[in-house]
Amino acid sequence: MVEDRAEIRVGIAEGAIMRGPGRLVTAGLGSCVGVVIYDAEARLAGLAHVMLPGSPSPVTNVPQKYADTAIDWLVREMMRAGASRLRLRAKYAGGAQMFQGVKMEALRIGERNVQAVQKELADRGILVEGTDVGGHQGRTVWFEMPSCLLTVRTARGDMRML
Amino acid sequence: MNPYDLSAADLDALREFGNIGAGHAATAFSTLLGGVVRMSVTDARLCPFGEVVEVVGGSDTLVIAVYIRIEGEIEGNMFVVLSPESAERLLNQLIPGRTPGDPYGEMEYSALGEVGNILSGAYVAAISDLCGFRMTQSIPAVAMDMASALLDIGLMYGSGEDNQVLLISTRLTHGGREIQAYFFLLPDFHSSSELFDNLRGKMSSG
Repeated sequence: MVEDRAEIRVGIAEGAIMRGPGRLVTAGLGSCVGVVIYDAEARLAGLAHVMLPGSPSPVTNVPQKYADTAIDWLVREMMRAGASRLRLRAKYAGGAQMFQGVKMEALRIGERNVQAVQKELADRGILVEGTDVGGHQGRTVWFEMPSCLLTVRTARGDMRML
Repeated sequence: MNPYDLSAADLDALREFGNIGAGHAATAFSTLLGGVVRMSVTDARLCPFGEVVEVVGGSDTLVIAVYIRIEGEIEGNMFVVLSPESAERLLNQLIPGRTPGDPYGEMEYSALGEVGNILSGAYVAAISDLCGFRMTQSIPAVAMDMASALLDIGLMYGSGEDNQVLLISTRLTHGGREIQAYFFLLPDFHSSSELFDNLRGKMSSG
């Protein structure tokens, strides 16, 4: 938990909670998905860099790594920090297929990650306010509080705001 | 038992394993381009996710990667990673009549894929002979993007519950640093026990 204007960088398969104002950043999302859950009124936001669709077991040391346990972790940590369950909203980006032209199940993981994130959020009744998923490009993303905007930048320098 | 509970001797054996593979890849690279190819000392270690991409300059760094999936008795992911500058020099050398700086088209991608194929073929053949493993490699896939975005598939398959992977990496340099290629081999988590059992057997039998 960081007070005041902060920039928190989240590594692969990691997560962080921020008490705004500030910025949560994760760089180089390929097939991984960057999921943000936030409460605009409480100025709280959490980001997880999700790598795989499902946890092999419900108890894991690295809940941020899997879509199912990452979303549970985000909701739990947000609530603990004082967020309101009913005000929670989500934005997410990522889930690309980086290597094209090869039919390999391994390379379809991005699509499966996106499906899992979508389902886990829907199962918990968390409204999704914006997404930028799929395609064949990597993404660096940052979420800003208090604007609640998720900015997506590709390696070519294209920018999108959600 | 955690298969990643490794001794110094295990890592030495893994380094030697990578050296043998990369040595054959270096020979193939030199045959392909002519001239001398130098090889760095192979680095073999258990590595947190963040450090894997640091090897090539950090998660946002623009790189070209050739991805090859290895299957069989030992499974894993192999990447041949080049900087845009090195890839450009390599392409100018491989494609006669190419105008330097031209945007990449099908020809460029397929040339890079073929280089990855030849180098990984030599590497895989050498380690499979050494250990007596039956291994096959996929056709290569090529992409240019942020390092971390390209390498993340390797991290997925290589890690268990602690966000670490076994990274075997070697740098090949052709013609006075003009062309540098990094070789990354990331064995799958589920294959690592078998790999170390084999390597330990080799060490104890001298």
